[in-house]
Amino acid sequence: MSIWLAQHLAALRDSLRRLAAAPLTSLLSLLVIGVALTLPTSGWLALDNLRKLTGDTPGVQQISIFLTLDAGKRDFADIESRLQEIRAGSWRFVPREEALKRLQASEGMAEIVASLPRNPLPDAFVITPGDAQPERLERLAKTFSGWPKVTHVQLDSAWVKRFDALLRLGKLVVMNTGSGNCEYREHEFDACLGKLVVMLLGILFAGALVTLTFNTIRLQILAQAAEIEVAKLIGATDTYIQRPLHYFGMLQGLLGGLCAALLVTAGFHLLTPPVAELTRLYGANFALQGLSGSDVLILAAIGSALGWLGAKISVLIHLRRIG
Amino acid sequence: MIAANEVTKRYPEGREALRNVSFAITAGEMVFLTGHSGAGKSTLFKLLTAIERPTSGSIVINGQNLAALRSNAIPYLRRKLGLIFQDRKLLFDRSVLDNVLLPLAIVGHPPREALRRAQAALAKVGLPNRERTLPIALSGGEQQRLAIARAVVNRPAIILADEPTANLDAVSAAEILHIFRAFQQVGVTVVIATHDPLSLPSYRPRILRLDKGAMSEPAHDQAAEGAVP
Repeated sequence: MSIWLAQHLAALRDSLRRLAAAPLTSLLSLLVIGVALTLPTSGWLALDNLRKLTGDTPGVQQISIFLTLDAGKRDFADIESRLQEIRAGSWRFVPREEALKRLQASEGMAEIVASLPRNPLPDAFVITPGDAQPERLERLAKTFSGWPKVTHVQLDSAWVKRFDALLRLGKLVVMNTGSGNCEYREHEFDACLGKLVVMLLGILFAGALVTLTFNTIRLQILAQAAEIEVAKLIGATDTYIQRPLHYFGMLQGLLGGLCAALLVTAGFHLLTPPVAELTRLYGANFALQGLSGSDVLILAAIGSALGWLGAKISVLIHLRRIG
Repeated sequence: MIAANEVTKRYPEGREALRNVSFAITAGEMVFLTGHSGAGKSTLFKLLTAIERPTSGSIVINGQNLAALRSNAIPYLRRKLGLIFQDRKLLFDRSVLDNVLLPLAIVGHPPREALRRAQAALAKVGLPNRERTLPIALSGGEQQRLAIARAVVNRPAIILADEPTANLDAVSAAEILHIFRAFQQVGVTVVIATHDPLSLPSYRPRILRLDKGAMSEPAHDQAAEGAVP
């Protein structure tokens, strides 16, 4: 075993010994780091789930065209060719019989439908536009309204507009601050505002983690000033003295990251049943997505990198004062 | 082995601790650096161990000019020296064995080899059965032996000791000097700074006398007076 490897192993052992030497203090530090990392991680996870949720939720970016009751096959074909012509996106024809069946299947509607003398529902087209910009959706809706045999066009334009406004605000702030490369893509949901908030939270709590490690290492250096001084006097290099402190910061960050993963996973397990129930009520089939194995690894890596950074800064500042 | 040439050390406040000090010590010599308190012994010790740098002049140890030594080379120089400090600088929260293992860990000896060397060093200074003891439980003489064991565990060619017999009774002081003598007899260069002429051994060692920061003539006769056998 090379001297280099032996010294790294010794430094690692030393930092583990330091962590174990004050278990309560170490545990509290890990909890603080864990909580600091939990908030941005939860935000990121929430955003990711929101993205999936909106992708799964029907109706958000759809336009329904309801035809007059006297519309026939020729009219259906005419509308299909018009849709094709203007490249409206993808569409699905919903015959009035199918619509009635769906209505019957809805809870509490079977009796009402059965009491109707005839099917009151019109034939309809459900269009999923390729371009989800509100202006484009409104233009499309207006175009559809002018077509023959179209009696009503339904677009939840207020919801789309509100959502779009939030996204644009996010994009605007990100572009103006130059703090991120959040791209606004026209064809997919992209929660810039959410990203921005998560990013700011991340920066804030990363700073907290670095500060916490900085202070822990400062206390370590103060507590071991005599040992450090002796080691320097008998031939220890700065690297030799700094190494266990760097390892300590890294270990603390790593374990704090794992602690955050644990907290987030616990929160995820608590929230999964009520969220599933809520989305079911809104007609979507959605299950919360927790942290994957690679997410946990990334979190631990981020924790250890920030811990190392805090230790590095602290060591640079405080070791100069000894020896 | 050690050569000082016109070494002057002046502190920023203007105090001149050493003035044009020159001497040469050859390999395997045992030299006592004597003088009253404030004569400049500790300053010279600090210069020899590169804790401080001379204001002018040069100190050469094993061909390395300490005045021109880069900061990052100082640890490697110190590893070649066995240093014993006036206040011993032991780690009181570590066992006797751990204290001796520290220089070996710094150099990067494999754990098994380090343990063997540390045990041998402790045996050499007469502390073979105190490995697990904390230094606080040792007597003054034993603590000094521990400091010597830590200094010699890396088998240095030069031992520099600052007041190693201070605060020790005559018997303990004599034992410590015997240990140094034993190292000198196997070829190690030993430099001992002491303010106490009574602690000088009965044989006629080489003495470098400092007086108010300057080197004065050696005084063998004074050394012999009331010397430790």
